[in-house]
Amino acid sequence: MLSQGLVSAAAVAASVLFILSLGGLSNQEKAKRAVWYGIVGMALAVIFTMLGPNVGGYGWMIPMMVIGAGIGVYLAKKVDMTEMPQLVAALHSFVGLAAVFIGFNADLERRRVMAAQLAGDAGERFSAFAALVAEKTPAELTFLQVEVVLGVFIGAVTFTGSVVAFGKLAGKVDGKPRQLPGGHLLNAAAAIVSLLLAIAYLNGAGFWALLLLALLAFFVGYHLIMGIGGADMPVVVSMLNSYSGWAAAAIGFTLSNDLLIVTGALVGSSGAILSYIMCKAMNRNFVNVILGGFGGSKGPAAEIEGEQVAIDTGGVASTLNEADSVIIVPGYGMAVAQAQNAVSELTRKLRAAGKTVRFGIHPVAGRLPGHMNVLLAEAKVPYDIVLEMDEINDDFAETDAVIVIGSNDIVNPAAEEDPNSPIAGMPVLKVWEAKHVFVCKRGQGTGYSGIENPLFFKENTRMLYGDAKSSIDALLPMID
Amino acid sequence: MKIGAPKERAQGEARVALTPESAQHIHKLGHECIIESGAGQAAGFDDDAYRDAGVEVVDGADALWTTAEVVIKVREPSEAEVGYLREGLTLIAFFWPAQNEALLERCRATGATVIAMDMVPRISRAQKMDALSSTANIAGYRAVIEAGNQFGRFFAGQVTAAGKVPPAKVLVVGAGVAGLAAIGTATSLGAVVRAFDVRPEVAEQIESMGAEFLFLDFEDSQDGSGTGGYAAPSSPEFREKQLALFREQAPEVDIVITTALIPGKPAPKLWLEDMVQAMKPGSVIVDLAAEKGGNCDLTVPDERIVTDNGVVVVGYTDFPSRMATQASLLYATNIRHMLTDLTPEKDGVIVHDMEDDVIRGVIVTHHGEITFPPPPPKVKAIGQSAPKEKPKEPTAEEKKAAEHAAFLAQTKRQVGMLAVGGAVMGLLGLVAPTSFMQHFIVFVLACFVGFQVIWNVSHSLHTPLMAVTNAISGIIVLGAVLQVGSGSWLVGLLAGISVLIATINIVGGFLVTRRMLAMFQKS
Repeated sequence: MLSQGLVSAAAVAASVLFILSLGGLSNQEKAKRAVWYGIVGMALAVIFTMLGPNVGGYGWMIPMMVIGAGIGVYLAKKVDMTEMPQLVAALHSFVGLAAVFIGFNADLERRRVMAAQLAGDAGERFSAFAALVAEKTPAELTFLQVEVVLGVFIGAVTFTGSVVAFGKLAGKVDGKPRQLPGGHLLNAAAAIVSLLLAIAYLNGAGFWALLLLALLAFFVGYHLIMGIGGADMPVVVSMLNSYSGWAAAAIGFTLSNDLLIVTGALVGSSGAILSYIMCKAMNRNFVNVILGGFGGSKGPAAEIEGEQVAIDTGGVASTLNEADSVIIVPGYGMAVAQAQNAVSELTRKLRAAGKTVRFGIHPVAGRLPGHMNVLLAEAKVPYDIVLEMDEINDDFAETDAVIVIGSNDIVNPAAEEDPNSPIAGMPVLKVWEAKHVFVCKRGQGTGYSGIENPLFFKENTRMLYGDAKSSIDALLPMID
Repeated sequence: MKIGAPKERAQGEARVALTPESAQHIHKLGHECIIESGAGQAAGFDDDAYRDAGVEVVDGADALWTTAEVVIKVREPSEAEVGYLREGLTLIAFFWPAQNEALLERCRATGATVIAMDMVPRISRAQKMDALSSTANIAGYRAVIEAGNQFGRFFAGQVTAAGKVPPAKVLVVGAGVAGLAAIGTATSLGAVVRAFDVRPEVAEQIESMGAEFLFLDFEDSQDGSGTGGYAAPSSPEFREKQLALFREQAPEVDIVITTALIPGKPAPKLWLEDMVQAMKPGSVIVDLAAEKGGNCDLTVPDERIVTDNGVVVVGYTDFPSRMATQASLLYATNIRHMLTDLTPEKDGVIVHDMEDDVIRGVIVTHHGEITFPPPPPKVKAIGQSAPKEKPKEPTAEEKKAAEHAAFLAQTKRQVGMLAVGGAVMGLLGLVAPTSFMQHFIVFVLACFVGFQVIWNVSHSLHTPLMAVTNAISGIIVLGAVLQVGSGSWLVGLLAGISVLIATINIVGGFLVTRRMLAMFQKS
């Protein structure tokens, strides 16, 4: 059995390793090393804590770990890169649920310790955590309760929220925003009742109060995320990521465990920054995204003149053959059609013909921050030709051809040109400045936001209707 | 439509407007090509080469002009050729409408559409059809080669067993397309090159070609750039300064290449007789402006003369024809791009879109009307807009004031946030036990570290970031580990489930991150 000092030393080492691990993600090569820092940090933390003072129940704990690890390996091996968003959401729900359970446990143990102390019974078997509780002063115990309430509430919201997000991303739940009658008033009511329950609990109400609070939080998480549409999922997933961190931090306070606090704070701030970046990329504020719906339009949208001109693959191929520089702008449609390998092959052929091919990625393209980058990496597109919006936006004017695959709002010129557009002011990729723009799209419909896209009506735009994957596959043999 | 290229009848003209290569591209636009027998001979393309490229070869100008619906040429039409013009026919050639008013009027009367290749506006989109630039490029190159032919020494300096050879000193006056081409050719031959231009913004281009820009010290640094990327006439004071600079250079330089032209005006006289006198014997002057009267006093168009002090002055005006193959290839490509723009649907139908800046600019007669000069293009030329677009630089005081204001605002915001944060901390400290506050310090510091670290994460790694944070948020397993040994079965059960799902998170998160990162490959 290791001393508490050694366990703390391991916690310090693990905290440093976690920070290095996140810091290493600043570039692709360093990141490969950084993951190992994270793995080693985690191993240190878990092993030293397991061997620490007063920890027991190995016969129960170790099989659980082995089974969990087995499931983890299976999931990580099996998952397709297009399913990444769902996996991330599912994993968030686990953290949330674990936080709820551990919060419950903390309360149960607290009650047992207090009962044992009252009865003067020292013979009861306590966990390492209960031993800690036994030493606490009454003021500390009150704070413990506050921490438990926070941990359980955030954890519960994270859990159901992530489950719904998973369902929406996996297509098991309808992606459209959907709310019960009453809308956000229901959420507000649930939150107020939770607050009342929390006060009752702090004033000595039984375990039922905590349980009821968790149930209400489950409802809030479910209802909140149900009301948010599919294309806002990048923000939702980052937000849930953040919540899972805050839940871990709250549990860390409950357990007086600094490693949990540090890690939770790191994860929480990471998710918060990601949400901020995503919101910024859509020029909307966080509250607006979470409460759903676009801001009210300030006037009638500008009339769009012209018509959408269709083109066949032969026409696209001949322009591409003559072009010197090509930029491809992928969106969620590419992921839906599983077209990333065809796109990669197209890139390879165009590059082999000596053309400059680059990718322009909008921060909210796809359903997860960085989703497109991962898909393209999977299809073996070299990452140094995959650029962010700010890096590439000035180059469109000198580009011969742009291929837009399954994206809509992120290339909508209305954001810049029409002050009355619901997305006015949102930073967009200025694809229309290129000489030729080809839009690969299933039909004539509008995008997620339901806004007509004037890009499709521009003189230099040609529409290539059809499934993205089969269109690109048909294009491939014609490129020489 | 039938696109036809006749043989050039002008004296000394060796170029041709259609090459077998350009014909293949024109076919793709849905057009048919015909050529007069022997038209490409002087440029090195025989009739068989055209036949192989699918071009119909016809005998005689008569047959060509009557069958073709679009005639592409190099030089402006001669008297005889104007006779073939008719309503519905499109002629594409160098036309010089400003200098050829009588010819323009006669063409108008025929009702034909005349497209002047020399009128292509200087905007980025039209660069591919800018035949003047491609011609100037050839002239610049050939001027250096011609000078080398007349010059008795090496261009490059050499130290040999037989003695030291100094490098030739070349002065290029006017850094337009021709001037820059001459600079490039001369530097690559090893000469020491200096160059002068009245437009100060080309200094960078000159230096990028490896030449030294001769800087003219003039108080009101005059901006000599006129409209459309060409130079404008300069003031008398400026001219004096300029000539003084040249006078200073004359005894030093071995080769002078002058390319100074002002649109619609005779070439400015820049290299005066006394400068020629000051040059060393054996020096060479190549005057690319000879056709417009020449930049040098002694230039005789189309002739090579030797002055009394042994300086050779070359006034040839047919540099492109001296490189007929290259010139034809480039010109035919320019023509081909023009036809591409005239055939927007690629269906073999020529459309004279008078709304299009470029097409409007080049059409000089259309349906019996003179459409020259064109209205100013909607898109401005690059040369003009570039220097003037510079935003007004704020003065030092304004800058300072703005910076100060921004600093104040930031300080105010930060102090405000710190005050609010401090107040919250204070309130918390009043009620919270010490042990909590100690943990709280750790929490706040960790948030700060988190914010600093995450901002540096590359955008493309956001998905791996989420997977890693997911994995490390599995650290919550520690809580369950500390609770699992409890005597209560319920606590043990809940803790056990927590261990299970948190481990899924840790293992799954890390493995999937590794899988993703391994896919990121550099090209």
